[in-house]
Amino acid sequence: MLAEFAGPGSLLEAARQVRTAGYTKFDCHSPFPIHGMDAAMRLKRSPLGWIVGLAAVIGTSSALGLQWWTSTIDYPLVISGKPLFSFQAYVPVTFALGVLLSAVAALVGMLALNGLPRLHHSVFHSDRFAKFSDDSFFVSIEADDPLFDTEKTREFLQHIGGENVEVLRES
Amino acid sequence: MSSEVTQVPNLNGGEPLVTGNQTFTSVTENICRITERKTPPVWYLALGAALSLLLVLFGSIGFLIWEGTGIWGLNNPVGWGWAIINFVWWVGIGHAGTLISAILFLLRQRWRTSINRFAEAMTLFAISCALIFPAIHVGRIWVVHWMFPLPNQMQMWPNFRSPLLWDVFAVSTYFAASLLFWFTGLIPDLATFRDRAKNKIKKYIFGFFALGWRGGNRQWRHYELAYLILAGISTPLVLSVHSVVSTDFAISIIPGWHTTIFPPYFVAGAIFSGFAMVVTLTIIARRIFNLKDFITIKHLERMNKIILLTGTMVGYAYSMEFFVAWYSGNIYEQTIFINRAFGQYAWAYWIMISCNVVVPQLFWFKKLRTSIPVMFVASILINVGMWFERFVIVVTSLAQDFLPASWDYYSPTIWDISIFVGSFGLFFTLFLLFIRFLPMISMTEVKAVLPQADPHHGGTHE
Repeated sequence: MLAEFAGPGSLLEAARQVRTAGYTKFDCHSPFPIHGMDAAMRLKRSPLGWIVGLAAVIGTSSALGLQWWTSTIDYPLVISGKPLFSFQAYVPVTFALGVLLSAVAALVGMLALNGLPRLHHSVFHSDRFAKFSDDSFFVSIEADDPLFDTEKTREFLQHIGGENVEVLRES
Repeated sequence: MSSEVTQVPNLNGGEPLVTGNQTFTSVTENICRITERKTPPVWYLALGAALSLLLVLFGSIGFLIWEGTGIWGLNNPVGWGWAIINFVWWVGIGHAGTLISAILFLLRQRWRTSINRFAEAMTLFAISCALIFPAIHVGRIWVVHWMFPLPNQMQMWPNFRSPLLWDVFAVSTYFAASLLFWFTGLIPDLATFRDRAKNKIKKYIFGFFALGWRGGNRQWRHYELAYLILAGISTPLVLSVHSVVSTDFAISIIPGWHTTIFPPYFVAGAIFSGFAMVVTLTIIARRIFNLKDFITIKHLERMNKIILLTGTMVGYAYSMEFFVAWYSGNIYEQTIFINRAFGQYAWAYWIMISCNVVVPQLFWFKKLRTSIPVMFVASILINVGMWFERFVIVVTSLAQDFLPASWDYYSPTIWDISIFVGSFGLFFTLFLLFIRFLPMISMTEVKAVLPQADPHHGGTHE
């Protein structure tokens, strides 16, 4: 079920009310992230930081491992008297690969946590919803939320200020 | 909604970040119409010119591969010439985009939202141009993959202690990370394009690349953290990339190169030339596409202040190099600096000094740093000056190093010049395609910094 709201302030207030009413499977759509919305929806902090941190550790250790193995075990060459394990010289490549893997993990992790790419979703069945990326704000409540009831939820959304309440079919 | 009018803290000195009383709808309309309306004829003309230069590039590279690097003006002792100069110049230009996207984001400079998409795209295209040069200068381009640590039949590995290899990793990582960051920023805007698309092809293409973005807060929270993380890792990356590029020179023993000032000096120089290029391009774009409400004089003024700051740092670096060379008592180092100013390449040195040290000082004066014609000319001169800085560094130090019997003079050939000019063809082709098909200003981020985007903003809007 989809309901439209007037602006960021009303969407924020609506989010608080929807969450207080006990709904959990809902979302608030806006053209840009709204300050304070995470708290209003009582969402936990994103675990993306841990994912990227892990990627950074893997990236830097594999870079160091690559350089160590190729330069000390497999193809040892004495270059200008430097030790075979020249860790100071290995820093740039280590840093670069750590950053590379972290950046990839940041994007891929974000997409995975968001369940994207997901080209089909019930919200896209609404014509009005297309305006979310322009200037409109919506609350969507999933039908498989335990508190969902077509009539009661519709009344509730209208009560807290939602307009153009639509029921959308499964995607 | 709250009835009390809460003052939104305005960090822009009381002036709106984006002028013209923009609403969310007007932001969308202003940016989208650029790509949605019929292509203006001037775009075709510009693309034609860019493609001709691109053809020059391909032709020159083809001949280079066929005939070998002897077609360039390189000699003994000047084994590095225009190729590395162009490489360092293009990579330097790319640095401004990442600085605007990442560092200004971390410093909460909300005015960056009008220019970051544009600048980051410029970075990607500049790095593409830069990467041409290390690829083609090797001579045997068909074994260029030997630069990478790939298992091979010779059981050899590249030398990880060499800055030339560090370059490969640093610049490739820089390109990849910038691309990922740029794409992440694009996702919500591609969703806007998808939702507005009128014909099926556009709907499919933008729909595909928008990955099904729904704008829900559950998605925004992961997205915002991803953006913050990418900004956080791009910041040390941009500072390290040009430092690594500078170590190509600093790790050697050549007088004039072997100095620890190079990494910070190169980074400052890169930011300097990058911002100058952003100023040049934004002045043109805001005029042609009517974006003066989004990219205001204040934006340009701030960029000019950064240009003034980094230009002064570069000027300081020049004087410190000279001082340390004198103070060191090392006759080779001292001779190099005398030669730079008064020797066979004095003409290049003084172009460099006037463009890099004198020109940016104009920006101390508010009247000059808010004047479009002045900043347009200044930004171009600064980029010319920065090219000459790399020229002076590379060529003067090689042409006259330790052994006077080896000294010689280096001149470019037509092929050095044609490849450089041709690289502009690649840059402008990519840039024109970007402007034509993608949102050149980040609508999402501009909307997010409008006063109406604050949920506690009182009063009527829209």
